[in-house]
Amino acid sequence: MTVETPKEAWTGTVREVTLGATADQGGTRSRTLTVGAESTLPFLHFEASIPNPPALALEIRDRKPDDWSPLLYEAWGDVMDDPAAWAKAAEEAGADLVYLVLSLTTSDGSPNTVENVRAVVRKVLDATGLPLAVIGAGQAEVDNELLVAAAEEGKGERLLLGLCEEKNYRTIVATAMANEHLVQSRTPMDVNLAKQLVILINDMGMPLERIVMDPTTGALGYGIEYGYSVMERLRLAALQGDKMTQQPMIVTPGEECWKVKEAKVGEGVPETWGDWEPRAIAWEGITAAALLHSGANVVVLRHPENMRRTRSMIDELMSSKAAG
Amino acid sequence: MALTGLEIYKLLPQTNCKDCNFPTCLAFAMKLAAKQAELKDCPHVSEEAKEKLESAAAPPIRLVELHGGNGKVQVGNETVLFRHEKTFYNMPGIFWRLGDDESVDELKSKAKRADAYQADYVGIDLKLDGFAIEAKSDPAAFASAIEAVRSVSQKPLILLASTPELAKAGVEACGDTRPLLYYADKDNWQEMAEIAKEAGIPLALRGATLEELAELTKSIQEAGVEDLILDPGLSGHLESLQQLTTLRRLSIKKSFRPLGYPVITFPGRDESSNEMLLAAGHIAKYAGFIVLENVDPSVLYPLLVLRQNIYTDPQKPIQVQPALYEINSPDGDAPLMVTTNFSITYFSVANEVEGSGWPAWLMVADAEGMSVLTAWAAGKFDAERIAKAVKACGAEEKLNHKKLIIPGHVAVLSGELEEELPGWEIMVGPREAVEIAGYLKAMWQK
Ligand code: B12
Ligand code: SF4
Repeated sequence: MTVETPKEAWTGTVREVTLGATADQGGTRSRTLTVGAESTLPFLHFEASIPNPPALALEIRDRKPDDWSPLLYEAWGDVMDDPAAWAKAAEEAGADLVYLVLSLTTSDGSPNTVENVRAVVRKVLDATGLPLAVIGAGQAEVDNELLVAAAEEGKGERLLLGLCEEKNYRTIVATAMANEHLVQSRTPMDVNLAKQLVILINDMGMPLERIVMDPTTGALGYGIEYGYSVMERLRLAALQGDKMTQQPMIVTPGEECWKVKEAKVGEGVPETWGDWEPRAIAWEGITAAALLHSGANVVVLRHPENMRRTRSMIDELMSSKAAG
Repeated sequence: MALTGLEIYKLLPQTNCKDCNFPTCLAFAMKLAAKQAELKDCPHVSEEAKEKLESAAAPPIRLVELHGGNGKVQVGNETVLFRHEKTFYNMPGIFWRLGDDESVDELKSKAKRADAYQADYVGIDLKLDGFAIEAKSDPAAFASAIEAVRSVSQKPLILLASTPELAKAGVEACGDTRPLLYYADKDNWQEMAEIAKEAGIPLALRGATLEELAELTKSIQEAGVEDLILDPGLSGHLESLQQLTTLRRLSIKKSFRPLGYPVITFPGRDESSNEMLLAAGHIAKYAGFIVLENVDPSVLYPLLVLRQNIYTDPQKPIQVQPALYEINSPDGDAPLMVTTNFSITYFSVANEVEGSGWPAWLMVADAEGMSVLTAWAAGKFDAERIAKAVKACGAEEKLNHKKLIIPGHVAVLSGELEEELPGWEIMVGPREAVEIAGYLKAMWQK
């Protein structure tokens, strides 16, 4: 009996996007990161080509955060006091992209400043040759000011700037265009909203080759299934030829998972949750694994052990011993 | 795949004799397609047509059931490739592999602990489904290992037995339960099928290729065993994803009967992959049974939560009943808090308050099953709704105070709420549930 492998004839392809610029390209990065360009669902090599593996980004902060899980302080130690050292450690841990998130305040509690952000971006760019993302603190007015400074400081480096949201994207997109960067467009778990924001950003003149789409994820146990399905639907739409859904997807399982109780809290939790550290790492790792299966092109992580585990999973999934 | 009226018509006698009480064979065929008539109403249909029609009506992936002393597990019967298209119905059974080379005492204590494992996730009990017991030496040792496990657990079993002798001993030791017998292959299938048939239990088949598996399922079906499980010998992430996807597509999109069965996987079989992440992949993409080597709670709990998430019906969020809930036997002086009826939200809050030991009233407003911020953004958790819930829930009669604590994430509602609820003091609680105990300690005067 012959068994045929059913193949879908997809008509669309995910857009290819490159982050970072080397000296030849007007930047200073020692390497660039290219994601997207696949013409099939995740890792189905037998169906169509998947030229670029999903990438792993590591989240760092411009200063030591106040409210992270103790396990993360333990894992990173002293480097958290210095964004340059942290970025270097991220590179050593195997990251493809350094994902620098700015804080509202500096460590002494005073509001973050344009000067500080410029200095941090400069230090991080000098410390690592990896492409860099610079993400605002999450308050529109502050972000607009700080991100413009970051964009100017990193002019020509093809940074990823974010988050562009429906209510706050114009300034970020404008500065990204003026300084040759890319943007991360985030929408709350909805196919049409994701598409709509890409259109709005594109309408401002930003080329689609410089937009990475963030459909928002939830943590395992806290809404992952919604994000998972929205990502599957977006990717199916892209492969079916819907142009404005063809952006590569970035998601932040690290941020989502490390704020939930299962990852953050070691004591006074049910015994059935098991030991704290392996459970917490599993929380982020399983969330990331599920998101890779639903179409993520970049996952942003926080724990170095998950860099290692997820990397080896991706290596396997991209190896050419294609079965089927 | 269901047949259309015309396809059914072609299989009928086409004599229009009306014995079925329909005017024509075509009319009857149309009713059959719409499932408004039954095939047995036509006395003249040929055996061959009957078989074709029945097999076309069967689900694309066979439903297979295991029974333990009292627990049961059902897998298969899936109808879609992506959960958003409808839903995934039957969660993969998660089993723990134990070997008969361990002492009876060791087995008992392991099985007893695993049997008792029960984690609470948003009011749902998460458990291991059963044990896969592996024969590593002789039939007597296998039988006594099975008996040992059965003496402490009523959960269904999978018998990992490579020879007919071992299989026989294992099946016998299972009494009147319904285990899965694993495995038959191209060399031993006749004897294995015989054993499975006699015991009336499902049989797993192992094949190196899908072709080999497809031939095996045909032969074994002809030998009289209908409930089959496939083991394509998957190892690693890539082969797993590609083969499981191929199998699911063959069943759902091509109605390919010979491979329309649930698949069993062993994510820990190949040590080069991380078992937990591979099992996560198997949960997301299409496994029927997953046999784990390692069931430490720190691994099992997140995997069970993932399985629960992937298999929830995307059309209806898991919800709790809107009502006034009592936590830790509150009296009239206890604080009153409001939250939404999204299960994850309710239980995050209820568990924190319960764990803190504070007696409290928790009022759950009907927010159509959405989280605090989602509901707020969608206009389902606004001042008007909350005020209505306060008035309707009877809190005013039960409390000696008029203070309402709202979630920190919706602090913006406090002004409006004070207008909607004259005489009430609106207190803004913390943003995250974990901070509630600290907040009450600081802000609530008894
Ligand atoms: C999953 C999700 C969805 C799911 C819905 C899930 C559901 N059943 O609710 C879907 C995909 C359907 C969805 C839809 C939308 N969403 Co939504 N969604 C999320 C997401 C990712 C997680 C929400 C969640 O489940 N959290 C977990 C639960 C447990 O949190 P919680 O309810 O807040 O409870 C915590 C605290 O509030 C506290 N707490 C709860 N009750 C109480 C009570 C007291 C007294 C106290 C002290 C504390 C307390 O304890 C809990 C644990 O700490 C968030 C983003 C995020 N990561 O948070 C966005 C988010 C909530 N969504 C958002 C939006 C805008 C929407 C939409 C309006 C988008 C749109 N236009 O379509 C729709 C609205 C739905 C509709 N129109 O039908 C926004 C809200 C923005 C805002 N600040 O206003 C968010 C924040 C995303 C964002 N950053 O933009 N969403
Ligand atoms: S009884 Fe059978 S043969 Fe007669 S009309 Fe009905 S379908 Fe046709």
